[in-house]
Amino acid sequence: MSLELKPETLKKIDSIIPKYPVMRSAVLPLLHIIQEEKGYICKSAIEWVADKLGLQPINVFEVVTFYPMFRQEPIGKVHIKVCRTLSCALGGSYQTRDILMEKLACAENGTSPDGQFTVEFVECLANCGKGPVVQVDEAMHEGITPDKAAAFAESLKKQTAKS
Amino acid sequence: MAVAEKRMILKHADEPGYSPDITCYMKHGGYQMLKKALGMKPEEIVNEVADSGVRGRGGAGFPMGMKMRFLDRKSGKPIYLVCNADESEPGTFKDRQIIHKDPHQLIEGLMITAYAIQAAQAFIYIRGEMYEGARMLETAIEEARAKGFAGANIGGSNYSCEIVVHRGAGAYICGEETGLLESLEGKRPYPRIKPPFFPAVLGLYQCPTLVNNVETICNVKHIVEMGGKEYAKIGRPNNTGTRIWSVSGHVNKPGYYEFECGALTYGELIYEVCGGIRGGRKLKAVIPGGSSSKILRAGERFKGKNKDGSEFDWGIEDIPLDFDGPMAAGSMSGSGAVIVMDESTDMVEAMANINAFYAHESCGQCTPCREGSLWLRKITGRMCAGGARIEDADLLKSVADQMAGRTICAFGEAASWPVQSFIAKFKDEFVAKAQQAGNASGAAKGSGFRLIG
Repeated sequence: MSLELKPETLKKIDSIIPKYPVMRSAVLPLLHIIQEEKGYICKSAIEWVADKLGLQPINVFEVVTFYPMFRQEPIGKVHIKVCRTLSCALGGSYQTRDILMEKLACAENGTSPDGQFTVEFVECLANCGKGPVVQVDEAMHEGITPDKAAAFAESLKKQTAKS
Repeated sequence: MAVAEKRMILKHADEPGYSPDITCYMKHGGYQMLKKALGMKPEEIVNEVADSGVRGRGGAGFPMGMKMRFLDRKSGKPIYLVCNADESEPGTFKDRQIIHKDPHQLIEGLMITAYAIQAAQAFIYIRGEMYEGARMLETAIEEARAKGFAGANIGGSNYSCEIVVHRGAGAYICGEETGLLESLEGKRPYPRIKPPFFPAVLGLYQCPTLVNNVETICNVKHIVEMGGKEYAKIGRPNNTGTRIWSVSGHVNKPGYYEFECGALTYGELIYEVCGGIRGGRKLKAVIPGGSSSKILRAGERFKGKNKDGSEFDWGIEDIPLDFDGPMAAGSMSGSGAVIVMDESTDMVEAMANINAFYAHESCGQCTPCREGSLWLRKITGRMCAGGARIEDADLLKSVADQMAGRTICAFGEAASWPVQSFIAKFKDEFVAKAQQAGNASGAAKGSGFRLIG
C-alpha cells in the first residue's frame, strides 16, 4: 500500500484522526482529503486508509463505492454538477444539462476529450429557490436556465483558458 | 397585504452589513444566551425546551424536549450531540441560509444544547457538496473556541465540549438520523431498525445520542432567551415558534420565508408572499413538505374535524402553514419545502423525476425499497419514453403499496407516498399517457420543460 501524499496532506490527516472517539469515523474525511489531492481514489489509497485506521480494505472500499462524491477514476479538471431534481427540472435543468454537455463536448461519457470538463447530472443541491443550479467545483451558480446555458458554457471555457 | 415574516432565526442573515464572523455576531448579542445557559442547571434548560413545545424542523416534527428526555442517562456511556446539516430533501434550502450567513447562531445553539444534555462531544454532519458551508463552520468553531465559547471549559465553566464538522459525500440517506450515525461512524449509511436503535438509547458508537436539525438547534438559543412558556405563545398549540419555508417551482418569487407557525395559509404563501403563479398561469399541484410528502391537487377538498371538534373544509389555499395543517390534509409539512407546479407541468414526468431520485438514493438494504424504487423508476421512465400502458397506474400503486411500512427506515414511505398520492390524484394523466403511447416526444399535456430522460 504505497501511496505518495504531500506533507500537508499527511499533516491534515494526522490532525483529523484524533478528533474522533473511534478511528473508523475518519474514513470519510480521509477519503475527501486524498481525493482532493489525487483527483480520485485508487486501490492503493483504499489500502492505505484501511491500514492507517486499522480496518480491512473492504471497509474502505464499500464506502468509496457507495457515496456518489467518491470516484475511482479521474475526471476532467473542471467538475460541473447540474441539478436534475424536480424544482430545478421545472426550471429547465434537463435542457441546461444538454446544452452544457454539447457546448463543452462532454456528450459521449460526461468528460470532454481534452480532459478539461466533466459534466455530471446530480441530485438536489439544496438551493431550489434559485434553480436551475449548477455547481462548478466548489462554486454554486444560480439561475442557469436553458436560455443562459450556452453563454455560461462560454464563460467556463474562457475561465479555464485563462488558468 | 401579505402576512409579514417573523424573522427570529433569520433575523440578521440578510441584513446589509451583517457578516458571519464572531465580532459581528457578538455585536448583536451573540453568546449572551450561552452565558445565561451556563448559569442554569442542565435539566432546567431541558425543561424550557420541553415547555416550548418546539418540534423538529428536519422533517419528522418530533418534539425536541421529549427526545432530550429519552436520552439514556443510566448506561454510564458518554452522551453525544449531532446536528443534522445534511439538507438534501428536494425543495429544501433553509439550513443553507443559516450555515452560510449566521453560522455562530448554530454554534451557540449547539453549545447550549450540548450543555443541557451534558454531551461529551458534538458533531455537525454537513452534506459533502457544501464545501463553503463546512469551511465557514470550521472557521466559526475556531473563533468560538478562541473566545472560550466552544471546546475546553466553556465560558469559564467546568463543562467542555469539542465540535467536529464531519462532511458527508453525496448520499441523501445520510439525512436519516441512523443512516447519518452510520456515516459518522465511517461506514455505509445503512439505517438502523428502531426499536431498538433509537439514537437516544443506542446512537453514535451505540451511545445515547441526540440528533437534531440545524434550524431546530438554532431555536434553543431563543428558547433560553425568552423562556419556554413565552416561546410557546408564538404560533399555536402543538405548532409553536416560527418555521422557515423553502418555496420553489412555478411561483414569481421563490425563496425562503420565516413565519410564525399557522400565521398564514398555503394560499397566502403562494399568492401573496410569493407573488402567485408565474406567467399568470393556473395552479395545478403543490408538494407541501418536500418531495417525500404526498402531493396536493388544485381543486381538491380536504375535510375533517379539528381537535376542538369543529369541522374544516379546505382547498389547498386554506391549509394552515404549520405542522398540523398539511397533516390534516393527508400530507405533511416535512422539511417545510413547498414545490409549486402550474398547468404546464406533465405530472407523469414530474413523477418520473421524483422516482428517479428515490431509485438513485435508496441505500439498498431492504428488498421492498431497493427493488421497488427501481421498478417505480423504470415504469415511469418507460411511460415517458412512449411505452406507457393502461395498467401502469395500478402497477405503480401496487409496487408503492408493497414498500410503505415494510422497510427498516422511513425512506420506504418517502419513496412510496409520492407515488400513491400522484396516482390517487392525477390518475387521469397516467391513463392519458397510455392513450398517447408510441408518441414519445409528446403530445404531453404539459408545455413546460422536460422533467426526465
